[in-house]
Amino acid sequence: MQRYSAFAVAREALRHHRGWGRAWGAPEPKAHYDTVIVGAGGHGLATAYWLGKRFGIRDVAVIEKGWLGGGNTGRNTTIIRSNYLQDPSAAIYEKSRALYETMSQDINYNVMFSPRGVMMLAQTEHEVRGYRRTAQANALQGVETQFISPRRVKELCPILNIDGPRYPVLGALWQPRGGTARHDAVAWGYARACSDMGMDVIQQCEVTAVRSEAGQVTGIETTRGTIGCGRLGIVVAGHSGVLADMAGFRLPIESVALQALVSEPIKPCMDVVVMANTVHGYMSQSDKGEMVIGGGADGYNNYTQRGSFHHIEETVRALVETFPMISRLKMLRQWGGIVDMTGDRSPIISRTPLGGCYINCGWGTGGFKAIPGSGWAMAELMAKGASPLAEAFTLDRFRQGRFIDESVAAGVAH
Amino acid sequence: MLILTCPYCGVAADETELAPGGEAHLTREGPGSDDDAFAGYLFHRENPKGVHFERWRHAMGCGKWFHAARCTVTLEVFGTYAAQVTEPPRAIRDAVSARRPGWRWRDLT
Repeated sequence: MQRYSAFAVAREALRHHRGWGRAWGAPEPKAHYDTVIVGAGGHGLATAYWLGKRFGIRDVAVIEKGWLGGGNTGRNTTIIRSNYLQDPSAAIYEKSRALYETMSQDINYNVMFSPRGVMMLAQTEHEVRGYRRTAQANALQGVETQFISPRRVKELCPILNIDGPRYPVLGALWQPRGGTARHDAVAWGYARACSDMGMDVIQQCEVTAVRSEAGQVTGIETTRGTIGCGRLGIVVAGHSGVLADMAGFRLPIESVALQALVSEPIKPCMDVVVMANTVHGYMSQSDKGEMVIGGGADGYNNYTQRGSFHHIEETVRALVETFPMISRLKMLRQWGGIVDMTGDRSPIISRTPLGGCYINCGWGTGGFKAIPGSGWAMAELMAKGASPLAEAFTLDRFRQGRFIDESVAAGVAH
Repeated sequence: MLILTCPYCGVAADETELAPGGEAHLTREGPGSDDDAFAGYLFHRENPKGVHFERWRHAMGCGKWFHAARCTVTLEVFGTYAAQVTEPPRAIRDAVSARRPGWRWRDLT
């Protein structure tokens, strides 16, 4: 692999940038791989990356029906945090956040991780109690967070209106090492690292059927032919139900549209991420200067990658109240992604009823922050049959009643 | 904007007037059912990419629950029908068949 460095930039500058090669290959699918991962988004590519890096499994193909990172990886609001209430969640999200800190060095690709701090506003007494509890839980879990006063909130984010008429800010849960990263770069960087390890990242190749013999997976049918495999990892977020249907099992998942939007770029005015769960909106400023805004998910099943307009209206209304200065900003773009919501709003990293077939899904509205940690756990599960980080996130927890109830802990934004 | 016609009051209501109620025609398990049946009833969902049958409530209107047949890919609505049924009536299934030949939903076709 061609290493990216300041020296490489200087060298290429001297020869009119003619020496840059392709970052990843565009191979034809082979007839058989040891392991096939369906879904070349962040989670799928991270799974492949750690399979190669930690376990030396490099006979791997990552299959993608669209383009690399074109699903939810390219559609989220890039927030990274790990201030969760329940121990299993805090463990996997904190592992993930810690991996983000060194990701650019690990994969020699600048993912622009910016630990600028994430602030979750408490705007009701209920939220104050909830976030104080989360801060205590995080202290025990070794996750660095604190509950801060409204004055501190105003210091950290001067454009915030803390005396709002409906919901004044009563404090906030502050995670100083949370932040954002460049979402596309995460997918591109992992794809480059996987390609470098000899793995095949195959785009525009849609899975049409899953083949099995005697309860054991043997391969997949795709739009580019049959691909045999010993192990199959399904990492397809919103389309998990479609793949599960092909593999012959059901999931406790519903797919709904979640929307985001960005404004025109403006000068730097906000160097933290702010989430306001009561009024339902969150915002940060990208390096280009756009205000990146996320809102609520629709309440009904949807595969259209568009959301309902009234959700944008609600989100913008809430944010104008919270940040009065954005009231005259023009919105540049709006889009939707299909998120996979589980009953307890926690993910599934698990074996499935089909032998040799594993699934990583259910990240719902909060998957981006979990990419490296999710891949870490999924790779371990696929290579060794068990992973301490994934232990609590099995598919059969819904039958056993062992829920990881984060819909209460995290509110709506997740 | 999704628009569903309430089969009770006849109002063509847009989605801000309606409350989604999830998958329709679930078998409600009771005492004596095993864990798998409960997990199926409480959590497992069809979540189809295509034809779907759902419960909705005309929350800001007549307040009544009803059913809708809808496509989750195009948001096309095939029809709405009363809540007091355990499966979609013939007319609704025919309306779906007219638009989506060969559709399948749970054990219905």
